[in-house]
Amino acid sequence: MSSEQKKVMMEVKNINLRFGGVIAIQDVSFDIQEGEIRAIIGPNGAGKSSMLNVINGFYHPQEGEIWFRGEKRPSMEPYEVAKTGIARTFQNIALFKGMTTIENVMTGRQLQMNKNFFWQLFRYGPAIEEEVMHRKRCEEIIDFLEINHIRKSPVGSLPYGLQKRVELARALAMEPDLLLLDEPMAGMNVEEKQDMSRFIIDVNEEFGTTIALIEHDMAVVMDLADRVVVLDYGKMLADGTPKEVQSNQAVIDAYLGVAH
Amino acid sequence: MQSSDVALDTMPKLLARNVAEFGDSPAFREKDLGIWQTWTWKEASAEVMKLAKGLIEIGVSEGDHIAVIGRNRPHLYWSLLAAQHLGAVPVPLYQDAVADEMEYILTHCNAAYAIVGDQEQVDKIQDLSSKLTNLKDIVYVDPKGLRKYDKAHLHSYESILEAGDKSGDKVQKELQTRLDKVNGQSTCVLIYTSGTTGKSKGVVQTHGAIIGASMSANEHDGWTKDDYLLSYLPMAWVGDYMISVGQGMAAGACINCPEGADTFQVDLREVGPTFFLGPPPLWERIKTSVYIRIEDAASIKRKAFNYFMKHADKVGRDILERKPVSFIDRLIYFAGDIIIYGPLKNMLGMSKVRIAYTAGEAISSELFDFYRSLGINLKQLYGQTEASVFLTMQNNNEVYADTVGKPINGVELKIADSGEVLYRSVGAFKEYYKNPKATRDTKDKDGWVATGDAGYIDEDTGQLRIIDRANSVGKLNNGSLFAPKYVENKLKFYPNILEAVLFGDGKENCVAFLNIDLTAVGNWAERNNISYSSYQELAANAEVGKILKEHVEAVNMDLAKDSSMSGCQIKRFLVLHKELDPDDGEITRTRKVKRSFVAEKYADLVSALYSDKVSIATKTEVTYEDGRKGYLEATVSCVDATLYQLQKQNENAA
Repeated sequence: MSSEQKKVMMEVKNINLRFGGVIAIQDVSFDIQEGEIRAIIGPNGAGKSSMLNVINGFYHPQEGEIWFRGEKRPSMEPYEVAKTGIARTFQNIALFKGMTTIENVMTGRQLQMNKNFFWQLFRYGPAIEEEVMHRKRCEEIIDFLEINHIRKSPVGSLPYGLQKRVELARALAMEPDLLLLDEPMAGMNVEEKQDMSRFIIDVNEEFGTTIALIEHDMAVVMDLADRVVVLDYGKMLADGTPKEVQSNQAVIDAYLGVAH
Repeated sequence: MQSSDVALDTMPKLLARNVAEFGDSPAFREKDLGIWQTWTWKEASAEVMKLAKGLIEIGVSEGDHIAVIGRNRPHLYWSLLAAQHLGAVPVPLYQDAVADEMEYILTHCNAAYAIVGDQEQVDKIQDLSSKLTNLKDIVYVDPKGLRKYDKAHLHSYESILEAGDKSGDKVQKELQTRLDKVNGQSTCVLIYTSGTTGKSKGVVQTHGAIIGASMSANEHDGWTKDDYLLSYLPMAWVGDYMISVGQGMAAGACINCPEGADTFQVDLREVGPTFFLGPPPLWERIKTSVYIRIEDAASIKRKAFNYFMKHADKVGRDILERKPVSFIDRLIYFAGDIIIYGPLKNMLGMSKVRIAYTAGEAISSELFDFYRSLGINLKQLYGQTEASVFLTMQNNNEVYADTVGKPINGVELKIADSGEVLYRSVGAFKEYYKNPKATRDTKDKDGWVATGDAGYIDEDTGQLRIIDRANSVGKLNNGSLFAPKYVENKLKFYPNILEAVLFGDGKENCVAFLNIDLTAVGNWAERNNISYSSYQELAANAEVGKILKEHVEAVNMDLAKDSSMSGCQIKRFLVLHKELDPDDGEITRTRKVKRSFVAEKYADLVSALYSDKVSIATKTEVTYEDGRKGYLEATVSCVDATLYQLQKQNENAA
């Protein structure tokens, strides 16, 4: 994969993020290339989620620049970022618990629903046509992630692993160019992790979606990621292929430990 | 239909007949993207022809074995048919088979091609590729995840169809030439047995046998083209082949394929089939789930349910079997049908079921009565792979829990002196593939086939009754009969017990291993505030042990009443720390216990049961689905159960 010259999709440059006196991210720079799986790892409180939140437009860094598709991005709100083709999932699942799987996934299409408000209000004519089109796309994603058996179950009643998958489905429904996954495998058992890894690779290969993910399970990261950024106390420790990172002494000392 | 029977001796001929007679009726349905898609017989036939021509294009020759692996999908059923059109032989395999099993079958049958459902199966076969020297190409249906694979010997199903569509007259002619050669004596399908004892054997079945048996079975139950069924049982199991392909094609019935592995319940409800075959554990599971839900229902619903179920228990069977029932009882049953039975059957997807069968294992009479009293015509049949399944089937009004019916048309039965059931049938197999010795041992020169089951004709009903596998019936040291399956089945009738394995051949007394049913016992644990994190922990719980002890003693009491079975009472038992699993080779994929294998694997536990140890520490190897191995350590307690004296003696003494 790494042999061919890849286009840079996103570049974050010298990001500094502070909450009052607490320094969350300190002078971090890295890039995300088109079509790769990029992992961000680090111990608790290293600033990984903050980094995703910066990319996502939820936090606005005091200093630093974000370049997306070769253009410097102005300060944006999350919904604006979403419109540029960046979707995400959350560490603590953020689904509509009372709604069914298909309804949750359909909300991911909201940004693409652009028929006249009038038609939508009465759910008639072009609005129906549009809904059918979007439903088809959502059903394809549901089939892809193998959650068709829970299509009509309220997501609040589903086990944790499946909720995570529904959340991924909703993010995919946006048809993003860049997908941010915040600990997609947290709290899963080995089998669920394997399934999820498989899905992440499939998404990357089949849809060509670029993926940036935060993960704690080292084995998973080393298997999945093309390149890894390591953060510790808000600072960047290393950036490179899993192999390079694994053999980096600073990383071993700070995070992986000898046993790993 | 009857008049043209003579000519209809091959699958291709049946397909042509169905196109000619019911061309626009639905033949196959599959739920895709949440919507049921339908193919008529004309459309299905067009797909099969394209596929057959496409397979010629990639080089499939006559006599080639084509492995078909995947979940039930119309595309795979068409693959079976396409292969048969070419004079090639389809070999359906279990999709959840581990690498070893798959390697054994694929090398044994020397498969030249494989048509598979998805990436998982492609991976499994490619991992074995160094050993599969004869395997040329793989065709896959679902392209997901296969984008980056080397396509040199890998074809998408779509590309085969396209190739078939574009192929010219030459291929068409080739197809016709080959088709003309296929006759009733040609091999129709090669089906591997589940292998309860030793390695599985490849059973060679001809078109004539499959169709003969299918037609007899259809005649017995009056199948028509308006019947439809849900094809959810593994395609590699002869039962699914006979129902979905044999009976379905012979009647022109419609096959419905579920959307995915986990959508069975929803799909069943949406399809509402007229015919349903399920193994006993499935019937058990459905009933258990109903009772679990009722316990959680509001009190008024629960009371109504209990009242009407009691009434159904009283008269339901008689109403189903058209026996005289008083007007008042009929009226109450009618009301019950509106309030409870109807909605319940609808919920289960059984509203339209005209005929339902259970087969493979014994079934408890309570379970049997539960379904029949609801008006679901659940019956039993007896058969085996070597017979194209159907040997005996029960008639609508002669249904008993402990018998399996009378021979259907085309089947002769006799009981050997050893007690083994023998048959001669239109559906009898041609031979075991590459195993003439086993063929000779099983089938004699007059065509009598040994089933390997011990049984007798029940005098009251005239129906066949199966006791056990002929070779597992043994003797205890004191000379009394050891019939393990009989006892195991009695134990398994308790919802809390999922599996049981009895030992005792050549010993002083009997001991048993038990597996708890995680659904039933887990539910009980929840109600009684017993916390557990795994099967192992719940199985080791002392309270659970007490409940099982009650069950075992109840079985002992029951056995004591039967003088010939009294010796099989269980002196000591233990609850196994892991569930018996086909991946570990402990039970077959059709859930039959491999007793000797279990005895060997858990030899330490068996000897502990025959000692006076109270508990024993053990370490067991487990195989994960992907073939990796791990170990499970546990301390297992042995429980003593009370033995009972023959009751008749007690009465005499009193």
